[in-house]
Amino acid sequence: MDLYEYQAKDLFAAHDVPVLPGDVASTPAEAKAIAERFGQTVVVKAQVKTGGRGKAGGVKLAETPDETEAKAEAILGLDIKGHVVHRVLVTPASDIAEEYYFSFLLDRANRTFLAMASVEGGMDIEEVAATKPEALAKVPVDAIKGVDRAKADEIVAAAKFPAEVADQVADVIVKLWETFVSEDATLVEVNPLVRDPEGKIVALDGKVTLDENASFRHPGHEALVDKQAEDPLEAKAKAKGLNYVKLDGQVGIIGNGAGLVMSTLDVVAYAGEKHNGVKPANFLDIGGGASAEVMANGLDIILHDPDVRSVFVNVFGGITACDAVANGIVAALGILGDEAKKPLVVRLDGNNVEEGRRILAEANHPLVTVVDTMDNAADKAAELAAAGV
Amino acid sequence: MAIFITKDSKVIVQGMTGAEGTKHTKRMLASGTNIVGGVNPRKAGEKVDFDGNVLPVFGTVAEAMEATGADVTVIFVPPAFAKAAVIEAIDAGIGLAVVITEGIPVHDTAAFWAHAVATGNKTRIIGPNCPGLISPGQSNAGIIPANISGPGKIGLVSKSGTLTYQMMYELRDFGFSTAIGIGGDPIIGTTHIDALAAFEADPETAAIVMIGEIGGDAEERAAAYIKENVTKPVVGYVAGFTAPEGKTMGHAGAIVSGSAGTAQAKKEALEAAGVKVGKTPSETAAIMREIMGSIG
Repeated sequence: MDLYEYQAKDLFAAHDVPVLPGDVASTPAEAKAIAERFGQTVVVKAQVKTGGRGKAGGVKLAETPDETEAKAEAILGLDIKGHVVHRVLVTPASDIAEEYYFSFLLDRANRTFLAMASVEGGMDIEEVAATKPEALAKVPVDAIKGVDRAKADEIVAAAKFPAEVADQVADVIVKLWETFVSEDATLVEVNPLVRDPEGKIVALDGKVTLDENASFRHPGHEALVDKQAEDPLEAKAKAKGLNYVKLDGQVGIIGNGAGLVMSTLDVVAYAGEKHNGVKPANFLDIGGGASAEVMANGLDIILHDPDVRSVFVNVFGGITACDAVANGIVAALGILGDEAKKPLVVRLDGNNVEEGRRILAEANHPLVTVVDTMDNAADKAAELAAAGV
Repeated sequence: MAIFITKDSKVIVQGMTGAEGTKHTKRMLASGTNIVGGVNPRKAGEKVDFDGNVLPVFGTVAEAMEATGADVTVIFVPPAFAKAAVIEAIDAGIGLAVVITEGIPVHDTAAFWAHAVATGNKTRIIGPNCPGLISPGQSNAGIIPANISGPGKIGLVSKSGTLTYQMMYELRDFGFSTAIGIGGDPIIGTTHIDALAAFEADPETAAIVMIGEIGGDAEERAAAYIKENVTKPVVGYVAGFTAPEGKTMGHAGAIVSGSAGTAQAKKEALEAAGVKVGKTPSETAAIMREIMGSIG
């Protein structure tokens, strides 16, 4: 789960990483009130989980409370790369002497963690990595040994931080590591990390990604989920424990296993090329145990997606037997009754497939077509979706 | 022969008495795996009857190894306890630990991996969040259904469980030396490269299917490895061509971030290494059929 800047900074503050004060507003009036409280020039920053806010007009300076209100008005509701701004962070404007970059992240290739640091901060770090790789220090971090003061000093030296800030930066690095570990983050990024004219180091902007697998030991993380920004179907699926991602096509997809479902999306997209360019409407993995209830929940989500014109149920019976899946489909259609109106193409293979196909044939539901291979079923589902457009 | 597990493998199950552990211990036994016991500190000394197969429960992995000579452990313990279970297996010095558990925090996986490295990599780790591996007709360590395909000369390595099953099914008339699911988490023990190296060295494996998916650059690194080190034919498949950027597709590691991790980039890297890549599972299987036909 990616956090907003203000949430990231709250976490930083909780771990004693120096940040500027600031408050979040969801209306221009709230923004004005915050500016009045600070009584100085402020920065109004769009809170969106994507980069390039500044270029998109999402970060503005305001000298007075009235100006803050006007700037907040302009920023709230902006669409930045598909992310609508619902909140702005209002924070005192600060003078910057120097900008640096720092992050801890997962290093998949080396199966460990990595510290990345540069004294050329403030800009897109991918650009620094591409154009001036020597300016970006990458220091592997052992997951067990972690980052103590000595390791932090090593990182500071590798990135060639100026001597006058080395101590402070090392101190901040140790605290950022504490944040990274104790919050189960997979990314903690500070860009820019700044030195102000008084020589003080401050985390001016932050990005944090939390590991959802670790939520069992972080009950507080649930409160960081932005219910407002969640797609309503995704939120509904999550509440039912389903792994669902909304996409922008017309063919609803249900399958078992992440890899098979991803593959199904591809096969449907290829088939769609021959049928009016229809595309997959979603990713939905119902996992190993495709019980009637799970199938009903899955169909319920997909059939309530107004974009869906047809549904492709693609199951390989590994652990799950196909007869159980077939019973699940029949029972699910029974539960949904008249709410189920869109055609279903079902492909079953694997464990107990004959029995599964027999159950579907016997039920003879008017909406269900059984097709025997994944490719042919994708073609049929795309054809039906194209006809329904 | 086969890779990583053979008919001589002696398997224990950590978490054998839990619901998943019990279910899959039965299935592994039914497919002929030589399971010699289980581990659960709270049930040490007890015996569990699996349809007439009575297995002892030990308090620790070390005790189980001492008593049975086990060299493989299959781990079903819940996410919160998985790190401790894997570290215990490493400390006991077992040769292979297959971590089936899904949903382990990545900091925990990083920690047990670092522990394995720090203690000299004596334990091969497969997974986590994987279906395990099967050498059909010999041994089955994990949850791959044993009835999909029999023994043969194809080696298969995949990030995805159900795509492993699908591909085994498509090529069931040829059969497999070993099929191994390495898991889709951001940090995994055994990689595509490890499996490719083992298949290359295995005289019973004639050709290899490699299945990848979006996220990370493991497929690109595997491609570079194949180019330099693999002489056997390799056929590839990558899932997730149509996955949008920034959306996690079920597996914690399956996400396209920025320009990295796309299926297209992986396909291009594999093709540049001389690997034929299928657009769909069925096309991938068809390419493999042709290769197996020409090998004879």
